[in-house]
Parts: sequence; C-alpha cells; structure tokens
Amino acid sequence: MKGWLRTDGRKGIRNHVAVAYLVECAHHVARRIAGEDGHLIGFPGCFPNPYAQRMMERLCTHPNVGAVVLVSLGCESFDRQALESVVRASGRPCLTVVIQATGGTAASIAMGRAFVAQQAAALLLAPVVPMTPADLVVGTVCGGSDGTSGITGNPAAGIAFDKLVAAGVACIFEETGELIGCEDVMEARAATPALGAELRASVDKAARYYATLGYGSFAAGNADGGLTTIEEKSLGAYMKSGQSRISGLLKPGDQPPRGGLYLLDVVPDGEVRFGFPNISDNAEIVEMMACGAHCTLFVTGRGSVVGSALAPVVKIAANPHMFARMAGDMDVNAGAILTGSATLEQVGQQIFDRVIGLAQGQTTASEDLGHREFILTYKTFDPIGPACLPGVG
Amino acid sequence: MTDPRLLLLHPGDTVFVLRDQIAAGEMILVDGAQVRVQQGLGLGHKIARLAVAPGDRVVKYGAPIGRASRAIAPGDHVHTHNLASDYTPTHQRGGAMA
Repeated sequence: MKGWLRTDGRKGIRNHVAVAYLVECAHHVARRIAGEDGHLIGFPGCFPNPYAQRMMERLCTHPNVGAVVLVSLGCESFDRQALESVVRASGRPCLTVVIQATGGTAASIAMGRAFVAQQAAALLLAPVVPMTPADLVVGTVCGGSDGTSGITGNPAAGIAFDKLVAAGVACIFEETGELIGCEDVMEARAATPALGAELRASVDKAARYYATLGYGSFAAGNADGGLTTIEEKSLGAYMKSGQSRISGLLKPGDQPPRGGLYLLDVVPDGEVRFGFPNISDNAEIVEMMACGAHCTLFVTGRGSVVGSALAPVVKIAANPHMFARMAGDMDVNAGAILTGSATLEQVGQQIFDRVIGLAQGQTTASEDLGHREFILTYKTFDPIGPACLPGVG
Repeated sequence: MTDPRLLLLHPGDTVFVLRDQIAAGEMILVDGAQVRVQQGLGLGHKIARLAVAPGDRVVKYGAPIGRASRAIAPGDHVHTHNLASDYTPTHQRGGAMA
C-alpha cells in the first residue's frame, strides 16, 4: 500500500485538486475551473453556518486532497479567509478566486484553470510513502435498500468491517435514523457503559427528529423492494457494523483517534431546523469524508449509481437481479450469496481486498465512470461529550 | 418442508424472506402446508411463517420489526397492508401511510 503523506501525519490514497465554491453563485465558475482535473465540492448557502464552515475545512484538508482552489463570489457570508488559513496551515497550495474582484466569470475561470493545470501536473510527480491498514479510515453507508440489503450486502460489509478493524483500520458506520429499533443490541456492544448510553441517546434523538418531520428514513423504493417498516430497514442496515466492540461516537468532522469501530451521529442537535438530516445518500458520504474516510463502502439493493468527489466509493450489489442489470456500476456482487455462488465470508473478504487495493492503484467502477457527486446542506451540532471517546484526552 | 426459495433468517422469526421471485397463483410449501400465493412477489419480500394476531409483534432477524395491523396467516405476504412500525409510519407513493 502506498499513499501521499500530509503534514498532519495522515496519508492519502488519492492526490486530488479540490475546487470549492463557497456559495451557489460561484458554482458555475468553480465547475468550469474544476473541469476534468479538479474535484468539485462546495456549500450553496449564503447565510453563515458553523457546521458548513467546519465541514469545508475538513474536506479541503482531507488526506486525499493535494491542492485547493476556493471560489468565492465575494459578497457571501462564508468566511473564506478562515478556510484559506486552515488550508495554507496544512501545507497545501491554495488559490482563492474572488469573482467580483477578479473581473467576472471569464477572468476567474482563466485564473482558476491555470492554477488547476499547474497543480495537477505537480501532484502527478509527488512522491509516495508506504502505507499500512492502520493509516486508513473507512466508512460505510447503504442506499437504495431492499429486502436483500440486510441479508447479503450489509452483513458482508459487516464481515469486511470486522476484518478491517482487526487489521487496525478505523471503521465508521452511520445514519442513526436507520438504527431506530437497534438501540438495545448496539448499547450492549459499547466499550464502556457511558458510551453505550451515548449511543442509545443518539438513536433516541434521531427517532424524535424524524417523528417531528413526519417521515422516517424510508423511501418508496424501499417498500417496493420488500421492506415494510423503519425498524426492519434498521436491522438490515445495522448488519454493516459487523461484530466488533464499538470504540466511540463521532459527529461529522470528528476524526477517529485510532483504529476501531465508530458510530457517526448524523442527526443535528437542538430543535428541528433546516429540514431532513441527510437529504440523499451523498450527504452521508460527505460526512464520512469529513471524518477522514479515505473511501466508503456503499451497499445497494435497488441499484444506486453514485460515487463521490475526493474519496472512492466501493459499490456492493446486494441483489443478484439488480447486479445482472447494472454490473458496470458495481464493484462487488454480494447477490452471489443468494444465488449460492459465494458465501458471506468470501464476499466479506472480496470487500476487504477491494479496500486495500484502492491504496495499490486500483480504481472503483464509479471513479472509472466519472461519478463525483457532492452535497452539503445546513445543520447544527453540539460537540461530542467526554464519554463518546473512552480513553482519549 | 418449506419451499427452498423461502429463507429463515433466525429461528425466532415469524416471517421468511424470499431469495427468489414467486409468480402469482403458484402453490408453495410453508412448513409442510400447501399455500397459494395470491400475487407475484419479488426477491426480498416476506411471507408469513407463523400466524400473528392483530397487535402482536412480527419478528425478523430475531427482532421485532413492527406489529400486525390485521390478522396474518402462514403463507400470507407480509407488507405494508398488514404490518405497521412501532416507531414512524411508512410513507408510500401517492401519500398513503401504513
């Protein structure tokens, strides 16, 4: 395994130029600047939001990022100076393009493109260092779930997680709104009773949040695929966490302090505001990346095609019928468990090998197809409490 | 005897999960009893293994996944028409809630 060493000691498995728009009004210019060479990320809102600021700081200094362009219209509320100082302090080359100060669209695109071309060429020549599994952070999500997700792809991802945790990787599972009904079993796996209480509280918070909104984290396609209730979907989703002891509870942007298994609490704190916690699957992937995830395992039964900007997404097909239709979008066929051509253990090992391979030059189906989805919306979080990371600090 | 397409995930479960599709009108074996499947069912759907009275819990993975909203007989398709969440109602296309 090889990676690019960053000044904070983390290592990246990719060396991308991130191009970040700081308000929707700068999105078009940023997209043109990114072209094929840059990875486009950004925050569309004009009103300030500490969560979005922190997320953008974490994403622009993600280990897979080697250089950064910030694209500002000029009059938005986003604190571009603060973001630029964080990026510069990390040792990454950084250019801020302020459209109103640069002479408009064409001049801004030209200025940004020149920088991206120069950085992309330099990053190709950047030296790599050896990497071990203990340098990795891996997230897992599921999307477009059906009745097969919880019996093939999710338990196979769980087996991969067990193997990764045993190899020293920090593994993160998430979506507390899809763990409703799993509070008891999850609490019993916590490293300490106080952490167990925090895990339970995070799911209780999610249940209250979704009850206020009137909808659970459950789409019409889930029911078409045979899932009936949120707790049924939850039990299937929970299988992704495997059997390891749970070492901590994170919130978006918190980095796991060492290897082990962590739950990411994605539901905002305080009263319900700004709408649904994660409006689509990529919002979850983005939060995984903000926690430092080098890649994300994505289990899908119905057949999601998304990838992500910055960090590869390993797509695990849960449903063999869907795999037959959409094999070009998938990296692993966990549906083989239902047709009898592979065991859960074998698919778990395939997923493990796929993750390690990402640091050995392999790419994913969604990377090859050019998928670079990204979404970031408003949220509010309180910092995690002292019981959330036992043995740290 | 049970149709091999029906998967029992946990010994305490009241439902089987379909590991393949079943066509409308097919006769299938559920714990030794012949049952006619009323409608075509896709992979991942649930068929009742045990009778469940209204208000009683439906169990899958060895854990409750909600309560019967009407009586469920062995061989019945178990879905939004006869199973409801203990947490948040399930939204369906067209605005119906189950």
